[in-house]
Amino acid sequence: MYIYSLMLSLITFIPVIGALLIILLSKQLSRTIALVASLASFVVALLVLNSFNNAQAGFQFVEVAPWIPQFGISYKLGVDGISLWLMMLTVFIFPIAIWASSGAIQHDQKIYYALVLLMETATLGVFLSLDMFLFYVFWEFALVPMYFIIGLWGGQRRIYASLKFFIYTMAGSVLMLIAILVMGVQGQTFDYEALVKQGLHSANMSLFLAFAIAFAIKVPMFPFHSWLPDAHVEAPTPGSVILAAVLLKMGSYGLIRFNLALFPQASQQFAPVMIMLAVVGILYGAIVAFAQSDMKKLIAYSSVSHMGYIILGIFSMNELGVQGAILQMINHGLSTGGLFLVVGYIYERMHTREMGKMGGLWAKMPVYGTVALLFVLSSVGLPALNGFVGEFVILQGAFQRNPLWTGLATIGMVLGAVYLLTMYQKVFLGKGKDEAVDDHGHHRQVASASHGLLDLNWRELASAIPLIVFCFYIGLASTPFFNAMSASVGKLLK
Amino acid sequence: MSTLVVLPILFPLIGVVINAFLGKRLGEKVVGALATLMCSAAFVVALMLFSQVSVSKEHAIHAEFGTWIGVGKLNVPFGFLVDSLSSALMLIITGVGALIHLYSIGYIHGDPRANRYFVYLNLFVASMLVLVMGSNYLLMFVGWELVGLCSYLLIGFWFDKVKNAEAARKAFVVNRIGDVGFILGIMLIFVTFGTLNYHDIFAVVGDHKTAALALAGDPVAPAVLSAITLLLFIGAMGKSAQLPLFVWLPDAMAGPTPASALIHAATMVTAGIYMIVRSNALFHVAADTSNFVALIGALTAFIAGSIALRQFDIKKVLAYSTVSQLGFMIAAAGLGAYTASIFHLMTHAFFKALLFLAAGSVIHGMEHYSHAHHSAQHIDPQDMRNMGGLRGKMPVTFWAFIIGGLSLAGLPPFSGFWSKDEIIVAALHNPLVFALLACTAVFTAFYTGRQLVMVFFGSARSKDASHAEESGMAMKLPLIVLSVLALIGGGLNLPGSMWLEHWLEPVVGVHEGGFNLPIAALFSALALVALAAAWVMYRDGKRDTSLTPQLSSVSSFLNKAWQIDALYRAAIIMPFYALSSFLARVFDLGGIDGAVNGIGTLTKGIAAALRPLQSGFVRSYGLVMIVGVVALMAWLVINTR
Repeated sequence: MYIYSLMLSLITFIPVIGALLIILLSKQLSRTIALVASLASFVVALLVLNSFNNAQAGFQFVEVAPWIPQFGISYKLGVDGISLWLMMLTVFIFPIAIWASSGAIQHDQKIYYALVLLMETATLGVFLSLDMFLFYVFWEFALVPMYFIIGLWGGQRRIYASLKFFIYTMAGSVLMLIAILVMGVQGQTFDYEALVKQGLHSANMSLFLAFAIAFAIKVPMFPFHSWLPDAHVEAPTPGSVILAAVLLKMGSYGLIRFNLALFPQASQQFAPVMIMLAVVGILYGAIVAFAQSDMKKLIAYSSVSHMGYIILGIFSMNELGVQGAILQMINHGLSTGGLFLVVGYIYERMHTREMGKMGGLWAKMPVYGTVALLFVLSSVGLPALNGFVGEFVILQGAFQRNPLWTGLATIGMVLGAVYLLTMYQKVFLGKGKDEAVDDHGHHRQVASASHGLLDLNWRELASAIPLIVFCFYIGLASTPFFNAMSASVGKLLK
Repeated sequence: MSTLVVLPILFPLIGVVINAFLGKRLGEKVVGALATLMCSAAFVVALMLFSQVSVSKEHAIHAEFGTWIGVGKLNVPFGFLVDSLSSALMLIITGVGALIHLYSIGYIHGDPRANRYFVYLNLFVASMLVLVMGSNYLLMFVGWELVGLCSYLLIGFWFDKVKNAEAARKAFVVNRIGDVGFILGIMLIFVTFGTLNYHDIFAVVGDHKTAALALAGDPVAPAVLSAITLLLFIGAMGKSAQLPLFVWLPDAMAGPTPASALIHAATMVTAGIYMIVRSNALFHVAADTSNFVALIGALTAFIAGSIALRQFDIKKVLAYSTVSQLGFMIAAAGLGAYTASIFHLMTHAFFKALLFLAAGSVIHGMEHYSHAHHSAQHIDPQDMRNMGGLRGKMPVTFWAFIIGGLSLAGLPPFSGFWSKDEIIVAALHNPLVFALLACTAVFTAFYTGRQLVMVFFGSARSKDASHAEESGMAMKLPLIVLSVLALIGGGLNLPGSMWLEHWLEPVVGVHEGGFNLPIAALFSALALVALAAAWVMYRDGKRDTSLTPQLSSVSSFLNKAWQIDALYRAAIIMPFYALSSFLARVFDLGGIDGAVNGIGTLTKGIAAALRPLQSGFVRSYGLVMIVGVVALMAWLVINTR
């Protein structure tokens, strides 16, 4: 079956075809086409998942074609247990983000949906590329659509935020490009598997750093995180969802795929520093999140904290740590993606994200309050939901490597409850700011932004429910997820 | 047989799902009935399991339902263990739970969110069963966290009041502090033993005798066991409200009273005791931790008991009393008197649930007048200073309160007398713990007497009290059943039969808990004296206003709960606010982001300075770029050699 050998290319490029169609066809069709294209990509990915062989540690569904043979550059895609779930996360999140775009995107829909689809292709390319040069092309290309999405459909300071996002990430990537070129020239190939096999640079600290800085900015790791709150605050809701759920994972994925695999000895050497930065990030992100009054900023800083757990797991460099980190990438995508949706729902109604102006929403919008609570609890790491499994496995792995720093990291569990429940309380509990109690002790409605709020409609629910289902699924039955990744992770750590 | 094991958890979960999705349509009556029915069904199955355990050879039923988490060597099954310990607690949870569900039908009637209330209550029962039935530490932790969630939801049930929402969040966060200890303990267990299953761990620890244990040749250092048990105990400090983490429980009284009875008196708060008794093999060999546990328990009992002396809110008295009684149980567990600890846990579940439900009935009765007359004048229906003389108006509630109160005070033949006596006897060899517990026993009798007198005797001190009315049948029936249990509950472990001790033997081993007649007589006499003193002091209902200055400053110190909340506020909460604000507004925006933007500005400046070089030729830009890249590559190539 020839088509079978093109599965990954199909997954990656179906969105591009969708983008072309959107540009050619009428504006009314853009959202539908975008949905269909992203869902088609999702369906093909399901086929790959279905025939994925858990026992095989190496790459599957590999496609190779020569591209620039004189430099040893080729078009090569493949999937293994590490990239499998990131691919699945990407094709799962994009349709949801597209579905959730109708309210937030009020102008230039054609370009918008085309850009979103291009971004899906770029991120999938990042996760599936097996050629370093190809990887870099996708990596840089992923910046462009997000730059425009923030810059064109963002909030008031969108230009500042989008430029900062673009330049900061770009600056980080320059060093990585040079490192890739150096490795390609020395190894006479840009083929990832060949370079891993050569193992020429296992202990090379400069190359390790060149990659690590690019990825650390993307994750973002403390202290490279300051672009993230600005980008999130200005981005439209679906942009934030994609940014948090998928784009950040490019960084953490890169650390596993390239730093651990290409520079294992250097990774061991740098692990203590990375673990330290990860734990500082966990605590710092949580403490700073607590002081925020803007919901989106709070969640952005919570991402800094949560991504810290993922880095901690990766640089524990053992089975539990790395597998936990991969699962936690999915978990963070589900719960933080969900939280940004939650913020979007209320922003469209009240036109504010200031928690000081909210209150008592659970009474007015019971379904909304429950949905938000589920995402908050998933993010807090409540057992039976997804976040706990990832967090525990990571911490257990990290504990084996460094009990002291792990002990510090667990303080993040307390802080997470502090800032997330404080947010929940300010927004959903207590009384609305529009309700004043008059002299006779009776409640009186005062006209304001939260007057006459409607509960979630079926469209909004439809975007949240798939995320909630998987929050429970992973929380209760994580074994299939671990089973698929264990062979590949085992090989990586050998 | 194994499917039977999952039913007690499944029934309440079915109630959760049906009531959560269809509650609005079914209406309050059906929702309440369904929830009560599901909890009762769980009780029936628990009874069946109990009888199976009693006839089974190894006194335990194991069941596994697949893997929950399986990564590398970490393999955590959905494994359940019903043995003498868990089956006994299952009966308490589902039995007392069902009574409280029934009571709630009357109590929560008319509340617009009644269906939500029953969802939480059912979810709580299921979670609590997971906690005691899980066969490994991680499942215990799952139940542990989920009961914490239910507690959060129920404390904040009337979340329109910010005070209630605050109390809910406080409970969750303070418990989380304990959880950090618990989860670190679990991790250390896994690193040490390579498993989280009770059975495998306790098999390695072996026959309770040697401190230096062997695991695949590697000795488990006593220090590691001390660390494990200490970390676990930090978890117990949170959930079972021990010093220094007890501050959440008194505030938790913001929730509906029946929820307080079930969660914050009878079951959830005793999870820490269950954890220690379940881990008795570990605690037994970690003598230093056990001593520490006993001391913390006794100190908590003493401090909370002293605070209860000067509370005016009818529920606050019971809340501090609960903290104090939990201290008794924890102390017993620390002293190695595991049976006594569980015995007191069970009798306390009866009499304290009874007291809370009776208090709920009192509050309900007190609210009658203002509800009926839409009175604008708001008096606090929970303040005992507004009560008095309710004896005649609420006879069933009165007798229930008397039985619960005398049981708490430790008068024979009520259940609390027998279990408390066992703990005090066990403390005889530890003078400090004994002294603290002895003082607490006197406090207990005194504040109980004070409460009984202030609420039920004398004359009514407010219109609300003089118009109070007895509650309906749904509320009275549980009071009657629990009264009977509080009266005869001591029979579980009467001197002579020692049924509970024999029943728990497979789990905790033999512990010769003796009955000490002189001690029993002495403490009965002390309790009587304290009750009499309370009667004399509070009979006229005016005593509290006529304290000497010295006494009144002590009184205020006790009333403010030793100022511990204020201390935490000054030492932890305010510094955290300040740190958070500093990091967010100064360090992050000014420092980190400032540096990033500074570099940006600097680059712009350099660019402006270099503007004359701007030729407009793409080729020359390209050239510069290439030169730069080549230079960097050269540097890297040199470095990589």
